[in-house]
Amino acid sequence: MRKSIFVWSAALLTVFAATGAMAAGALEGEAEKQPLNIPAIIMFLLFVAGTLGITYWAAQRTKTAKDFYTAGGGITGFQNGLAIAGDYMSAASFLGISALVYRSGYDGLIYSIGFLVGWPVILFLIAERLRNLGKYTFADVASYRLAQTPIRALSAFGALSVVLLYLIAQMVGAGQLIKLLFGLPYEYAVILVGILMIMYVTFGGMLATTWVQIIKAILLLSGATFMAVAVLHGFGYSFEALFQKAIEVKGTDAIMSPGGLVSDPISAISLGIALMLGTAGLPHILMRFFTVADAKEARKSVFYATGFIGYFYLLTFVIGFGAIVLVATNPEYLTPEGGLIGGNNMAAIHLAHAVGGDIFLGFISAVAFATILAVVSGLTLAGASAISHDLYASVFMRGQVNEAKEMAISKMATIVLGILAIILGIAFEKQNVAFMVGLAFAIAASANFPVLFLSMYWSKLTTNGAFLGGLLGLITAIVLVVTGPIVWVAILGNEEALFPYKYPALFSVTVAFVGIWLFSIMDNSERAKIDRDAFEAQDVRCQTGIGAEGAASH
Amino acid sequence: MQQDLVERIKNNPKYEELVSKRASFSWILSIVMLVIYYAFILVIAFSPSVLGTPISDSSVITIGIPIGVAIIISAFILTGIYTVRANGEFDELSKQIKEEAK
Repeated sequence: MRKSIFVWSAALLTVFAATGAMAAGALEGEAEKQPLNIPAIIMFLLFVAGTLGITYWAAQRTKTAKDFYTAGGGITGFQNGLAIAGDYMSAASFLGISALVYRSGYDGLIYSIGFLVGWPVILFLIAERLRNLGKYTFADVASYRLAQTPIRALSAFGALSVVLLYLIAQMVGAGQLIKLLFGLPYEYAVILVGILMIMYVTFGGMLATTWVQIIKAILLLSGATFMAVAVLHGFGYSFEALFQKAIEVKGTDAIMSPGGLVSDPISAISLGIALMLGTAGLPHILMRFFTVADAKEARKSVFYATGFIGYFYLLTFVIGFGAIVLVATNPEYLTPEGGLIGGNNMAAIHLAHAVGGDIFLGFISAVAFATILAVVSGLTLAGASAISHDLYASVFMRGQVNEAKEMAISKMATIVLGILAIILGIAFEKQNVAFMVGLAFAIAASANFPVLFLSMYWSKLTTNGAFLGGLLGLITAIVLVVTGPIVWVAILGNEEALFPYKYPALFSVTVAFVGIWLFSIMDNSERAKIDRDAFEAQDVRCQTGIGAEGAASH
Repeated sequence: MQQDLVERIKNNPKYEELVSKRASFSWILSIVMLVIYYAFILVIAFSPSVLGTPISDSSVITIGIPIGVAIIISAFILTGIYTVRANGEFDELSKQIKEEAK
């Protein structure tokens, strides 16, 4: 039965992609859309065929809830490190950071560093405790010794907000990028991404999602390496010569030092907090720690992930400078006004053409598409787990649920989230979605992280404290983003922002921690006593891993 | 976890050793990373021109570039240092504690 559904949906998808390509041909006159890119489409179809093959293989091995949520806990540290790096190296960070370097040089490096330094701290303070306590989702850990209903509900709400915001941003990015790269209409691109991701997740669960992520990470790292080496080769592997030429092209050496990205100390610190603590509160990243066998493998995962991500950021820096010398000097890639054809984020894409011709451009375009696909799959799986494991099984059914039913709910949730992502992706086509990832990080840092962190570290934390403080952090983050310059001025068109800073994390994280502390120490309820008494046993499990979830034997 | 098992583990001096050694190690490394990062951010916020100084008179490369690259590499090295010690020494202690609690 399952086999035939899989084959049928794969067949439908092929027909769909083919009509999409034809429809694109008919619409060629449209302003922004590019002519149909045949090498890119062929390479993308190869990726899709390969990953659907993996999904089919994974579907045979995904039988229990543990398989579905965590790939049976059998992923190795090295594989998981690649998958984590894959989750983190989204198309937005590849195209966005190289574009930032292309525009303002050194500032791109500052941004990358902010994204990277959260990882060591996650390793030192969170990774192994999380692995020792949790089963499928980070809410397992946050609610380990607290009352299930309120904490699961809050965590699921935090997880779903992050997932949805991230999904919308990725979907809109996917639609626009694909329109540009492949010459497919926007709606087709969004629907295609939605259907593929539903297939990966519902049939192949975490195992398929992880392997799609690993393959994409390898493709992206190889492609970026080729580009960086090609750029350096042109300058006899001399950074001095590359930078010299870039300064000559730009007509200023401002690109070699910090510019306007970080203007005042409050913004600088606040951005740093959002990036660091936000990373430690992203549900799709935290879920990855349950896919490995034990704390040892969890640590290795972060070690490898940090290496891959750091290497990737070094490559994007070289790629951005490469684009300055090879793209900005070639009229083929520029509009008559001197901007990049297709918009600012296209620096890396044009560079791919400049160093590798049509075929390599096709490869990088296909990799960018694959990247979006892999990231949205991971997000959807995390969202579906929050619905089925946290909301349905723990809150709604109070833990009285059989595994088959929970998995069925999870698959339904995946389909609903996929359809929702398609609808929202189309609805937000013309909107400015750049603030959404920032808001997602702010919520992750202000609601998910403080509750998770204090539940593992602070013995006096109580259910009331965690719930009220976490909720306050969540509300503060949303209110400050909406009344801040990005939404209040740039999107809603008001004159002046009510809250002056772009990044609210410094304030909203403080509110969350103070709130949790205050409501916990004031808590004299019966439940508070249970919460505090349970810390000792939790801490022993945290420290030693006794009683932790093992890997499935198959 | 049963209360008697918790008690037995907590009374094992090796448990005390594991917890205190690991806590101080992980907090020290976290602080090292935070100090490196926030020192960098504060220089950018208060005195960005420092990072714009060329590494030598004849070069266009500013010291900001090797410093930035060094921060990225330091993040990787710090995770490596922690992983080696935790996967060796700490896991060994943890294994002994588990054996002795049986």
